[in-house]
Amino acid sequence: MGLFVNITLDGLANGMIFAALALALVLIFRATRIVNFAQGAMGMITTFIASSLLGRGVAYWWAFLAVLAIGFVLGALVERVLIRPLQGKSELNPVIVTIGLLVVLEGVAGTIYGNSSRGFPAAYSQSGLTVGHTKIAFSHFDVFILVSVLVLMIATLVLFRATSLGLRMRASAFSGEISRLLGVRVGLLLTLGWALAGVAGSLAGLLVAPTSSFSPYFMDLVLVYAFTAAVIGGLESPVGALIGGLITGLSISYVGGYLGSGLQPLGALVLLMVALMARPEGIFARPPARRV
Amino acid sequence: MTPPAVPGLALGRARWFRRLRLPTQPLARHMILALCGAAVLYVVTSSLSPYNDFEVGEIALYVIALSGLSLLTGVNGQISLGHGAFMAVGAYATALLMTHTHLNFLLELLASIGAAAILGLVIGIPATRLKGPYLAGMTLLLALALPPIADKWSTTFGGDQGLTTTVPAAPGTTNPEEWLAWIQIMGALIVVVLLANLLRSRFGRTFRAVRDDEIAASLAGIHVARTKVIAFVISAGCAGLAGAFLGLSTGVVNTGEFPLTLSIQLLAAMVLGGTGTLMGMWWGAVLLVYLPQWSTSLSGDFNLGSGASAYLATIIFGVVLIVAMIAAPTGIQGGLRWAWGRISVFGSRLGVSTPSVSEGPGATLHGPDQVRNSG
Repeated sequence: MGLFVNITLDGLANGMIFAALALALVLIFRATRIVNFAQGAMGMITTFIASSLLGRGVAYWWAFLAVLAIGFVLGALVERVLIRPLQGKSELNPVIVTIGLLVVLEGVAGTIYGNSSRGFPAAYSQSGLTVGHTKIAFSHFDVFILVSVLVLMIATLVLFRATSLGLRMRASAFSGEISRLLGVRVGLLLTLGWALAGVAGSLAGLLVAPTSSFSPYFMDLVLVYAFTAAVIGGLESPVGALIGGLITGLSISYVGGYLGSGLQPLGALVLLMVALMARPEGIFARPPARRV
Repeated sequence: MTPPAVPGLALGRARWFRRLRLPTQPLARHMILALCGAAVLYVVTSSLSPYNDFEVGEIALYVIALSGLSLLTGVNGQISLGHGAFMAVGAYATALLMTHTHLNFLLELLASIGAAAILGLVIGIPATRLKGPYLAGMTLLLALALPPIADKWSTTFGGDQGLTTTVPAAPGTTNPEEWLAWIQIMGALIVVVLLANLLRSRFGRTFRAVRDDEIAASLAGIHVARTKVIAFVISAGCAGLAGAFLGLSTGVVNTGEFPLTLSIQLLAAMVLGGTGTLMGMWWGAVLLVYLPQWSTSLSGDFNLGSGASAYLATIIFGVVLIVAMIAAPTGIQGGLRWAWGRISVFGSRLGVSTPSVSEGPGATLHGPDQVRNSG
């Protein structure tokens, strides 16, 4: 029983991280119909920057904020420089370009920081909390993960549902041409979508790094888990990303806890295939309409 | 058209050029090209050092994997970011058979094709319902999911050490590297001829039709799902054979040989060579084998650390991939075709080359098609 509870709690914390990165994928997919396979690598590079800042004696929270800002700029930059020229081309082109960006970022991080994995500090203590007299596998840091991802989710929802900026973002994602005719600056809002995704990706990197071996490749698996989560949620809905993240996190955790951690990616693959076979449009997506 | 200055000379040149043209019948044409390639490669491999023979063999095995990927992505429009996984399955299938049985070498190679093709079927069936980015994500996950399985059951798959492979003994006094290179070159030529014929057949046309417009293809009576699965199975089978050859080249099969980077480099090499062509895959394979070496020497020139050289190759691959996608999506082969087209146009102005109406109906019938399919 204790094992089950601990595995569940672990899955919950991981699921929240997957949800943050899945949210990044959803923000970009909503805006530009592209899955950004470099999202994990972008979070990786910003986390390495955070590590450098901390190494120079910058306080943790300043580094934290700085890195979120860098993620914002990086996301906007990638959209403007790499994605904008691909508009109107085959949907395979952006996939290949983001994959190219993924390997470039990993290569750059490897060249600068070396392959050896280094530690990355957590914001709060990582030793388990004590409930009654038993120690559970849920630390102050896990609480921080839970809270920060929830804050991110709520902020996104408020932005989309309750502000005029969010309305314009939704409109330009829904129909770029009509929005442009109505005076919405569509291009700018697409860039903003990528920039916000950059923030979510940076946050995911900062949350994953303390509990993983911190190497240039540490976000690879997180990215595919987040992709699984986003697809389960339908690639369009922030709430779907949260629920997909939790489903993925818990499934991965149970597979890891009972069958061995080596089978976790395979478990995710099975989950993804089942999800795609059963409901290709995801749980929270609108009914499918095929574009001819 | 400007009339040629010296009519007699131009006519003579035209006849000379006409006689050099390859036959238009696909099988004969591809066989002749393959035999010429084999002859050239035979001369090349017998004059090279054993290490260079090893590299030529590696180029040949990557040609096999890339041709399959080019068929899948370029001709059928399905992307795969996980072709390294199919290579791994082929490599492990051959290595397991070599460890536990004493089958005929050719049967072992066929088994590697079969094993990878079965995985291709398993992935290809759900893939029929998926569009671009979804399929990309699923195959990416496949590339990450398969290698840890071999680590999990390390008693079967040999763990970190991996399984050893043995190349059948070379005949006579041939040195083993040259012999292996020959096996791989023969494999590559057979695969490329088969695929080239396939692409000129009914299958090739249905592959392209499905890529261009699924709904139109199904209205024309093409079974879209079956066509996509067939393309996936063929492509996976090619990758399986390439994996088996990779295992033979390195002598061992372990999970370290099939990282995610391999799958991405295959994709990059395919794009650079020229997506959808077969000829371009030779350029892609050459890049795949030599780029890491060039980057190692380059990082030596710039006094980068030894660790950096491995990453430099990755960075170059990535940058070239992005630039190619934005600036030159047709790759090297596309560029060569464009250049050849310019030369032909220039030549026809001089009254020299390219079939025209005056050369009879046979030439025009196949003319445009050749321009498109000559790769």
